[in-house]
Amino acid sequence: MATKHRITGVAATAAAALALTACGGDAEPGQAADDGEPAGEITVITQRTDIVDTVFQDYKAQFEELYPDVTVTFEALTDYEGEIAVRMNTADYGDVLLIPTSVTKDQYATFFEPLGGVDELGETYRLVEEAAYEDEVYGVSITVNTQGLVYNKKVWESAGITDLPTTPDEFLDDLQAVADHTDAVPYYTNYADGWPLSQWDGNRGAMGDPEYQNTHVAHSDTPWADDQWHGISDGLLYDVVAAGLSENDPTTTNWEESKTLLGSGQVATMLLGSWAITQMQQAAEDAGGSADDIGYMPFPHQVDGTFHAQVAGDYKNAINVNSDNKAAARAWIDWFAAESGYAYDEGGISPLLDGPTPETLGDFDAAEVEYVEMTPAPAGQEAYETDVVNAAEIDLYGNIYRQKLVDIARGAADGDKESYFADLNQRWADARATVGE
Amino acid sequence: MSTVSSPVRGAAARATATPPPAPPRRGPGRGWRVTPWLFLVAPLGLLVLFTYVPVANMVWYSFTSWDGMAPVKEPVGLDNYTRIFTDPDMFSVFLVSLYYLAGAFLQLALALYFATILSFRTRVRNFFKGIIFFPYLINGVAIGLVFLFFLRPGGTLDALLALVGVAEPPQWLGNPDLANISLASTSVWRYMGLNFVLFLGAIQSIPNELYEAADLDGATSWQKFRFIIAPGIKQVIGLTTILAISGSLAVFEIPWIMTGGANGTTTFVIQTVQQAFEFKKFGLASAMAVVLLLIVLLVTWIQRRIFPDEKVDLT
Repeated sequence: MATKHRITGVAATAAAALALTACGGDAEPGQAADDGEPAGEITVITQRTDIVDTVFQDYKAQFEELYPDVTVTFEALTDYEGEIAVRMNTADYGDVLLIPTSVTKDQYATFFEPLGGVDELGETYRLVEEAAYEDEVYGVSITVNTQGLVYNKKVWESAGITDLPTTPDEFLDDLQAVADHTDAVPYYTNYADGWPLSQWDGNRGAMGDPEYQNTHVAHSDTPWADDQWHGISDGLLYDVVAAGLSENDPTTTNWEESKTLLGSGQVATMLLGSWAITQMQQAAEDAGGSADDIGYMPFPHQVDGTFHAQVAGDYKNAINVNSDNKAAARAWIDWFAAESGYAYDEGGISPLLDGPTPETLGDFDAAEVEYVEMTPAPAGQEAYETDVVNAAEIDLYGNIYRQKLVDIARGAADGDKESYFADLNQRWADARATVGE
Repeated sequence: MSTVSSPVRGAAARATATPPPAPPRRGPGRGWRVTPWLFLVAPLGLLVLFTYVPVANMVWYSFTSWDGMAPVKEPVGLDNYTRIFTDPDMFSVFLVSLYYLAGAFLQLALALYFATILSFRTRVRNFFKGIIFFPYLINGVAIGLVFLFFLRPGGTLDALLALVGVAEPPQWLGNPDLANISLASTSVWRYMGLNFVLFLGAIQSIPNELYEAADLDGATSWQKFRFIIAPGIKQVIGLTTILAISGSLAVFEIPWIMTGGANGTTTFVIQTVQQAFEFKKFGLASAMAVVLLLIVLLVTWIQRRIFPDEKVDLT
């Protein structure tokens, strides 16, 4: 399930400014019909606490001008995943909400209104299969991200590096050069905040195979072998930390601060989704630099001489199955994807097939990176990987096992790379046996 | 209301006998039998609704494999409990609690020490009372963040140590041997004020004549503490000991905010939260919560057996 994990970052951008604009304002029944013209009151739940009072108010004005019968209210949740999961035990979870990652595909129909068939929506939108179950689509991405490493170009250049690393070993050499020739910390793990570590999982497309997770990962007994994605990506993370190329004390890192560190060149590199580029550019400007200081490079792994990067949908707007104003909710979802400009402003790829590509990904164009859209798991297999993850208690989409990995690599926990990867492989294989194919 | 006098009862009986039944009249100082229960409906209802029903639900979940979302909760019998008691990883986290337990006893000793000193005439003692109690009033999240900055490399603590010539301080949170000690110390800093206030209140309730008599007999400060204060506040010491032990078994807030349980600082409650919200094992997590509840009850029971609740008589 490639859909599951690269969204925390967006939530994390939420600054302190929490504003619950409305509370539970479900539309009154009878005010508008389910089918037919968009009308009535809809509550849109968002994770963007930082812009709900600014940018989203503009969206509201534009939307209500287009649909005068509709009134939109927003509810922004600071801890989106945690709070929405609790509310979904009731019927009161807004009219439009973002599909939480904790909902498995076979549960979609219980909570969300189907939006249409895969073929039908697939003519308009990218990556509809990510939120589809049994040929029905339940959500539309708010933006589409790709994966790579955000880095400070000035620092890398002053370390004498001119070309992009194409293998993990070259990447390590480059980081070593940064360590030797500059004062910058070559790589920043963001260990304490945790979620940035989960980004290491999100680029399976780097293997260049859209079918990768249908043939490997949950379908392999050894995902941490040398030639498999988790072996390569987690192995690189291990090597970076073990070589002392990451921050000195990972337990006291701070995400908000890390943006300034990268922007000002005190940190050279971080592995993050493309959503982070705009934020880093902002940080660079705030630190007195220029947005051009921030570069974006593909994961250092090539297949047949070409870089690959995965594209995947961010959070997906969906309609509460209990909503009284589904037509209005649907109109909001379509308008948000097509007209709001949210994806472009966030530096993301448009959820529309013919939407604009952002300028922030110019580096990827220059490196001739090939985008890979992962094929979703076949029918009946959608929940399989999550089931294996939960059974193995190895949080591929989280940070617990990767924090342990960093601890081992920096010598703060027992073991070494071989023993830990062997242990992970063992637990994974056991879990696969329990869950069954 | 068992003390309703017989003439009234007769009057009430007569009143209810006449159709249509008129409400029983109430005289001064008397009432219906149900009156106290009517007053209790609201608190009891809230208690049942918000305490016992959720706990009953949790116990029921602990026998299922519920993932926290699915409408169906599949019963799995004792599987969750078997897992907790057979998987060594599950119980080994209680070792982390030992740090907090040691911290708790240090905290009790310090609190008792300060309470004793400040219950006698000390210069600016109200100021010191305020200083010691103050940390308890701060929000736990704020404390976590403050200490995160205090303990980070190059942070306040390191800066202070540099002033006294410590050039290479250890990583207070990064070093796995120190991380739990740092966190437990933070916990001591936060909760000592509460114990302090409890002790101080108890000490001040000891009648002054006892001290005067002791002074006349020429008792030293230590003797006053040993033979007047300590026995006088025995019950409060017992109570705070239970709270300290159950608190150190159920540590959550400070390690969760400061390290998220990373670097070997995972406590039993953090592990419970991870099972529930990371791996969607609400059934298992509920079982862990039940086990923790039982352990705390057991500790309390043992404590009551060792220190029975007896009346203290200082005279």
